[in-house]
Amino acid sequence: MTPNKLDRLEQEVRTKLPALTMERLADALVIHLAISDLVQTMTRLRDDIALDFKLLIDLAGVHYPEREVPFELVYQLLSVHKNHRIRVKLPVPEGVLVPSISGVWGCANWYEREAYDMFGILFSGHPDLRRILNDYDFHGYPLRKDFPVTGLVESRYDAVRGMLVKEPIRLKREDKEPYRKSP
Amino acid sequence: MEMIQGVTQIREEVANRGFMLASADKLVNWARTSSMWPMTFGLACCAVEMMQAGASRYDLDRFGIVFRASPRQSDVIIVAGTVTYKMAPALRKLYDQMAEPRWVISMGSCANGGGYYHYGYSTVRGCDRIIPVDIYIPGCPPTAEAFLYGVLQLHKKIHRTNTLYSGWGESV
Repeated sequence: MTPNKLDRLEQEVRTKLPALTMERLADALVIHLAISDLVQTMTRLRDDIALDFKLLIDLAGVHYPEREVPFELVYQLLSVHKNHRIRVKLPVPEGVLVPSISGVWGCANWYEREAYDMFGILFSGHPDLRRILNDYDFHGYPLRKDFPVTGLVESRYDAVRGMLVKEPIRLKREDKEPYRKSP
Repeated sequence: MEMIQGVTQIREEVANRGFMLASADKLVNWARTSSMWPMTFGLACCAVEMMQAGASRYDLDRFGIVFRASPRQSDVIIVAGTVTYKMAPALRKLYDQMAEPRWVISMGSCANGGGYYHYGYSTVRGCDRIIPVDIYIPGCPPTAEAFLYGVLQLHKKIHRTNTLYSGWGESV
């Protein structure tokens, strides 16, 4: 976005939502939210005619193990009509329920399932909070930094029992052992 | 080649003597290799090369190969792409549903041994951990020529078998 456009958007957000904490980057506007304000602010961002963020582009989770609040949700919003974008960041403590915004943007449904699948972030009021990418009986949250890259179990077909079995992972090459550790 | 020679031989024998002699397993093998119907099991980019081999330039129809979308109607399953742990039970179930004799072609690095995702948390390190494989085609992805060569290698392998029920009693 051009600086002019960012200025105008920043002004607009400041008048419409004066209580927000905002950060101005070189090419983006970032809003820092608290969990309690999430749904209300998001609905406002969507419904206000001047802001008009009708589209949720992406919802990503981030894991910062060194921080006191280890998780962060990052929402990317777009107004197709006004052609402007905004980023919303939300720190999430371990095990705390985040209100689902699938009622605000329908597409958030799958994004939130992905954040749950990969980071174990829980959402309240979500219609169907299952794993979306990994197997339904998968154990652990793969995009957390403390999750080993190779995972914990592997499956193979057991001809004697006639079924797929899951076993603790066993890599054959010693020199590849570092892969088992987190990056 | 063997197939064409076989056809010529049959034609000559019938023309000269009015009848022909053949060992039953050779005849059966010839019939099997002449119409191998693969089940489409495209999982990743390898599937695109497989489609390319099926399209007009390489044209698998020339070998009597017609893709089927059902395990009940197919003789060979081509595992084209990355097998994930989530897909593994489905792959095994589809293989079990195929009628015998049945063959398996593992296409590409991912299906052969995990490939690029060998050290990942979600990838099966080779589809031979799930189903018994007859032919491995290397490449990432293998070209349509390489794929076709793999199919011809499978033809050769079938021609080498001397028993009618070669597919029975196997295990991983």
